[in-house]
Amino acid sequence: MSSDVGKAEVTRGEVERLFARLDQEAESAGYHLNPDREFTLGLIEGMLVNERRYGYWACPCRLASGVKKEDLDIVCPCDYRDPDIADYGTCYCGLYVSQDVVDGKRKAARIPERRPPGGMSAPAERMEEPPAGGPASPMPGSPAPTQPGLPDLSALKYPLWRCRVCGYLCARGQPPEVCPICRAKKDRFERIL
Amino acid sequence: MSPGAGLNTAASGDIVGLKGKTVELQRVEGTDKGKIVLYTLSTCMWCRMMKTLLKDMGVGYEYIDVDTLAAEEKDAVKKEIKKWNPDCSYPTLVINEKECVSGFDETEIREKIK
Repeated sequence: MSSDVGKAEVTRGEVERLFARLDQEAESAGYHLNPDREFTLGLIEGMLVNERRYGYWACPCRLASGVKKEDLDIVCPCDYRDPDIADYGTCYCGLYVSQDVVDGKRKAARIPERRPPGGMSAPAERMEEPPAGGPASPMPGSPAPTQPGLPDLSALKYPLWRCRVCGYLCARGQPPEVCPICRAKKDRFERIL
Repeated sequence: MSPGAGLNTAASGDIVGLKGKTVELQRVEGTDKGKIVLYTLSTCMWCRMMKTLLKDMGVGYEYIDVDTLAAEEKDAVKKEIKKWNPDCSYPTLVINEKECVSGFDETEIREKIK
């Protein structure tokens, strides 16, 4: 019945080590782990179980498909974390919370699912199809911004990449290996211009 | 530290028929409040809190950790969950095949299971 047969069980030590790392990374970037330590450790344990099963940190509170391409938006930190923290003070699983929750002014409770039914919304342009390296071309279907006084964005020297997790933008040939703000990996970037 | 550890669970012969597939539910003994079926993920803390609350309330129920199922069993169970909760989110609690609680909310659960 279990799909974890033959895989070593996640140890408390592993969970504690990842907790320390995520806590340090979160605080250095303006994010906060849930102050309910046991709850948070339980979620991190779930992420490590999912890493054993699927090879990546699928959200512990969502059912992953096991196909990374389909699950990319729910790999922690998920695409929905930041808007959920802004609207509800917590992400969907409750691993990350707002300052208000840390300060005890607000309680993390169940929140609605922001993920569209059946999976992630259509990406603008994913990392799988990187540009040839030449000048950026405008996105298909987007009108050329030729209003007087505004620069012609299609003539930008570098493509513009957006981190789907935190919204960080950068103009360069390729997105960074790891988002300098939220630590999401390169495959979480989409090209927007 | 396996998810769900510490819960008083025992494999039972209870089977739910799902479009020709049979999937075994785990039974937790307690007071009979009717047919209480809980759909959970073994990795989810809200699901774990739901199990703990039902145990604290002393309610007998059946549950299934959907993430531990084989692919075709998963599909059959997901279909069943969607009848009650179109989002197919976890935990989903189905009470007497009449009403449903999606997500962990202690007040709502205590109101609906009396």
